[in-house]
Amino acid sequence: MIFVGMSLGGSRILPQILSGLGPGFSGTIVVVAHRHRVSEGELVELLQAHCPLPVSEALDKEVFRQGRVYVAPPDYHLMVEEDHFELSSDEPVNFARPSIDVLFDSAAEAFGRDAVGVLLTGASSDGARGLARIKEAGGTVIVQDPAEAECPIMPDAALSRVSPDHLCRASEIAAVLLKSPA
Amino acid sequence: MHDAEIGVLLGDLYELYGWDFRSYAQASLRRRIGVHLKTTGLEDIHALRESVRKDPDAMAALLRSLTVHVSAMFRDPEFFLTFRTKIAPMLSTYPYLRLWVAGSSTGEELYSLAIVLQETGLYERSRIYATDINDAVLDRARAGVYPIGPMQDYTRNYHASGGQRPFGEYYTADSEYAVFNPALRKNVVFAAHNLATDASFNEFHVIFCRNVMIYFNKTLQERVHRLFYDSLLALGYLGLGRSESIRFSPHEADYEPVEAARRLYRKLQ
Repeated sequence: MIFVGMSLGGSRILPQILSGLGPGFSGTIVVVAHRHRVSEGELVELLQAHCPLPVSEALDKEVFRQGRVYVAPPDYHLMVEEDHFELSSDEPVNFARPSIDVLFDSAAEAFGRDAVGVLLTGASSDGARGLARIKEAGGTVIVQDPAEAECPIMPDAALSRVSPDHLCRASEIAAVLLKSPA
Repeated sequence: MHDAEIGVLLGDLYELYGWDFRSYAQASLRRRIGVHLKTTGLEDIHALRESVRKDPDAMAALLRSLTVHVSAMFRDPEFFLTFRTKIAPMLSTYPYLRLWVAGSSTGEELYSLAIVLQETGLYERSRIYATDINDAVLDRARAGVYPIGPMQDYTRNYHASGGQRPFGEYYTADSEYAVFNPALRKNVVFAAHNLATDASFNEFHVIFCRNVMIYFNKTLQERVHRLFYDSLLALGYLGLGRSESIRFSPHEADYEPVEAARRLYRKLQ
């Protein structure tokens, strides 16, 4: 189970990462992206244009499946339980809804060592705490190298809280995911 | 915090106070209890359990943390646009209308609906029932006083939903608060109602229940869908939140979508 958090600049590199996964990829990928409400729906289309796997917006209580990509709907927090999504309309966390920390916290809780947390470029420190929780729970942590990130604030914040299993360029992340246990 | 510990706490709430949260969605419960611990300064879930067992005020505070949901006016403007353009014209064929805002919380959704009914000429023939499990938020809905901060967002939402007037016509503002026009709640009945345990109390032309059921588990969601189905007149309308699909309900086949992807459904004959 792979959990991806990103904000500013992420929509440029995530399509590239997803296109590097073959159509036979059997993991489940869950994405939280900070974005403005006006761009709703567009992220799904953008990702689908590059991704060999089906991409859709996560619905409340939807049972997730392997070999698919799910995106948090705008203006909701997205969480995972053992086999399904849960959405919440609670207050923003780190000024964000959806918040990456909220997704990562639930991922650590529900998946422990089977969670893979990926944090990409972004202009916020959201996700850092949650990534540390994934690591504490025994999961795998991947951080985009801030040196090449369009906006290094998010990966930098993560690196100040957690030492990643993989610190790599966006172009290398697909290969890491293909080898990861999820 | 383990699910078993949460289970014990919820068992206490039910036995001691009669509040039943055992069918609430687990991840949200876990989060909300975590946030509650942080804001109250209680050390852990055991301390929370102790304080709630001894102190009804602590129970009231926990109740607020578990049941309040945050809303916005004209949230998902497209939803209200569809209601205004596709549904209001159909509703105008009825001599009177009963509408139910279930889980109305602090009332943002209710006032949004009231404004659309007024602008489409339906308000005078309408009676709106606004219900919530939590009396404190019903009082706030009844008062219709909101922080001024988000009004700009609400104004934008209102116009995006097809509203043509200056949004400021609907409230009077000072530097901190917007006080909504009492005429908007002239035909509103506020009442306590628990979707988890209470029965249907009328037959409705329209039911709105948006972003409320996301806090329930699958079993309770199914109960509530049955309740709504039983409470809607034939050809009545059900409005849900953006991430809530009727696809996962037992009544999927009993409705048709008013417009694809809008979460507005019409009950079939």
